[in-house]
Amino acid sequence: MSALFSIRNMLGAAALSLAFAGVGILPAPAQVKQEGDVRIVFVTHGQANDVYWSVVKNGMQAAAQQLGVKVEYQAPETFDVVRMARMIEAATASKPDGLVVSIPDMDALKAPVEAAKAVGIPVVVIDSGEEAVEPWGLDLFVGGGSEYDNGVKAGEIMAKAGVKKGICINHEVGNVSLDKRCEGYNDGLKKSGGSSDVVAATMDPTDVTRRVEGYLTAHADVTGVLTLGPTVAAPLLKMFSDAGTIGNYKIGTFDLSPEILDAVAKGTMMFGIDNQQYMMGYYPVVFLTNKAMYKTFPTSAVRTGPSFIMKDDAAAVRDLSKAGIR
Amino acid sequence: MTILTDALNPAHPPEPKPVSRRLVRLMRRPELGAITGTVIVFLAFGITAGNSGLFSMAGIANFLQVSAQLGILAAAVALLMIGGEFDLSLGSMIGFASVTIGLCVTQFGLSIPAAVAIAFVIAIIVGALNGILVVRTRLPSFIVTLAGLFILRGLTLAITRTVTGRTQIPYITDGQEGSFVVWLFGGKFGAPVFAWLASHGVIDARPDGSAMVQGLSMSILWWVAVTAFATWLLVKTRFGNWVFAVGGDDRAARNVGVPVDRVKILLFIGTALSATLFAVIQVLEAGSADTLRGTQKEFQAIIAAVIGGCLLTGGYGSAIGAMFGALIFGTVEMGIFYTGIDTDWFQVFLGSMLLIAVLVNNYVRRKATEAR
Repeated sequence: MSALFSIRNMLGAAALSLAFAGVGILPAPAQVKQEGDVRIVFVTHGQANDVYWSVVKNGMQAAAQQLGVKVEYQAPETFDVVRMARMIEAATASKPDGLVVSIPDMDALKAPVEAAKAVGIPVVVIDSGEEAVEPWGLDLFVGGGSEYDNGVKAGEIMAKAGVKKGICINHEVGNVSLDKRCEGYNDGLKKSGGSSDVVAATMDPTDVTRRVEGYLTAHADVTGVLTLGPTVAAPLLKMFSDAGTIGNYKIGTFDLSPEILDAVAKGTMMFGIDNQQYMMGYYPVVFLTNKAMYKTFPTSAVRTGPSFIMKDDAAAVRDLSKAGIR
Repeated sequence: MTILTDALNPAHPPEPKPVSRRLVRLMRRPELGAITGTVIVFLAFGITAGNSGLFSMAGIANFLQVSAQLGILAAAVALLMIGGEFDLSLGSMIGFASVTIGLCVTQFGLSIPAAVAIAFVIAIIVGALNGILVVRTRLPSFIVTLAGLFILRGLTLAITRTVTGRTQIPYITDGQEGSFVVWLFGGKFGAPVFAWLASHGVIDARPDGSAMVQGLSMSILWWVAVTAFATWLLVKTRFGNWVFAVGGDDRAARNVGVPVDRVKILLFIGTALSATLFAVIQVLEAGSADTLRGTQKEFQAIIAAVIGGCLLTGGYGSAIGAMFGALIFGTVEMGIFYTGIDTDWFQVFLGSMLLIAVLVNNYVRRKATEAR
C-alpha cells in the first residue's frame, strides 16, 4: 500500500523535474555563458582497459581543468555499439553544451547522433567516423588519417624492410575501423607482392599470445606482425622475447605506450603508429567551450595523425607516454 | 498457482486469521520484492539525478528501451527458471539470430520478413536441441547450455567471416525503412501524441518545433505483450501449472502425469524465441548486425528474473516480477550516467544496486512467508 503512495510521489517528482526541464527551452539571455556553466559529454567506444582511450581521457581532463569547464566521459565496458547508442541518447537527454563521439558503426549510431544534432547540440566526432561528419551535418572531426591509409603505410614500411608475409592481429573483432587497418596493411604489402592474414583475438593477454603462437607455428613463412593496440602488443613482445624468436619478426603496432616505445628504442620493435590521441580529448573541449561561450568554431577537420614513431624519436616520446600524454 | 506451491511445500505456516489473509497473500506474491526495489531505485535516482534529464521524456524513453529489450528476455527466462532450468546460450543466440537475418538479407537477397521468419525457425530448432539434450542426458542445463554459448558464438563469428569477410553486416534495412515489418519490430509508436504534447509545451521540443522524443520504441510494446503472454500462461493455463510442478519437484510431477520432458523442451524453445525477438528488434532498429551482439545478456536476463522473485532452485517466481527486474536493471544502467559518476565506477554501482535489490527482495519474501 505504501508502495503505491511512493509511486504517486515519484510521479510528482518526475512531473516537477519535467517542469524544470521545460524552462531550459527558453532562449538564453544575451550574456556570455560562464566557463563553470559549460558541460561537455564524451561518449566513445573505447574499452575500459584500453591505453589509447586513457590518453584521450587525460587530454579531455587537462583541457577541462585549464578552462574550468565540466566534462563527463562515458564508454561501454566492452565493444558494444548498441549500448553506445543508448548512452548517446542519455547524454542528449541531459542537454550538454557539446557532445563528443567516436563513430565505429555508422548504421547503429546514425539515429542517436542525428537526434542529438536535431536538438541543437554541437557534435564533434573523434578518432573514427570522419565519413559521417558531412552527410549527417555534424560540426567537426578531430582525429588521425583514415584507418585504411595508416594500414597501407604500415604495410609499405614493412615491405621496404623485406616482409613478404604478415599477420594483422584484430582484438576487437567487429570494429570496422580495425578491419580497415588490417585491410590497408594487406594492400600495403600487396604493392610489393606480399600479403597478410587476419588473426582474430581478444584483449585477453593469454588468449592473444596463445593464438598468435599457434598461428605462427602453423605458418612459418610469416615475418611481419602488426598489432592494433599496445594492450595486445605488450604481451606479444614478451612472448617473442621468452621464446627467443623476437629477431625473426618485424613488429609494428598502432598506438603507443611506454613499453612499446622502449621496445622501439631498443630495436626489438620496428615502429609505433601515433595518432596523437591526446589532442582528440583536448581540442574538442576547447573548441566546444569556445562555441558555447563565444560562438567561435573551426571550419575544417583537425588532423592529429598519423605519425610513425621510429627508433630515433622513441626515447624522447617515452617520458611523455609514461605521463599518459602520448 | 499459490495453491500448487503450497501443496508442494508442506513447510508452510498454518493459514492465519481471515482478517489478515488478504494482506499475507499480497505479501507472498513473488513480484512484491521487485516492485519495492523499483520504488527504491526510482527514489534514489529522484534524489541524486532528479533534474538532470533522467526523468525528462527523452531520458524516460531511453531507459524504457533498455529495460524493454532486457525484459523480453527476462520474461522467457523467468518461465524457464520457474521450470527449474537455465539457458546460458541466450546471449549467443541473439548474435546468431542477428547475423542470420543480416546474411539472409544482404547475401542471399531475401526480403526482411522472410529473413525474420527463418531466424524464428532456427530459434525453434536451437531451443528444441537445447531442451532435448537437457532432458535426454539428465545433465544440468547450466552445463549443456554453456556449451551452446560457445558453439553459437563461434558459429556466428565463423559463418559471418567466411561469407562476408567481415564481422559486421551493415545496410540491412536500406531502402526498407518504411516497410511494415521494420516498423513492427524496430519502429516507434505514439509519434502524434508526442508531437501534440510538444506543440502544447508539455514536453521538450527541438528548435524546429518538433518533439524532442519522436515516439517510443516498439520494443516497449513487445515487452508488455511478451510479459502479459507469459503471465497468462503461468496463471491461467494448465501448462502454467505444469511449469510450477516441474520446477518444484519434477519426480513428483512425473508421477502425477505431467509431461515433464515436453514442458522443459517448450520452455527452452521459449527462451530461444525470446532471444530471436530481441535480435530482430535490435537489428531492425540499428540497421546493422554484429557478431558480438547479445554478449552477456544471458546473465543480465537471469539477474532480472532473480530480482523479480525467481528462485534459482525453480518452482517459484513470476513474469511480472521479471518485468520489474528488467526495469530496475535498465534504470540503473542508464541512470548512473545522469548522476555524473565516472563510468569507471559504473560496474561497481550496478553490482551494488543489484545486490541491494536482491537483498530487499529476499527480506520481503522471508518476512512474508514467516509464521506470525
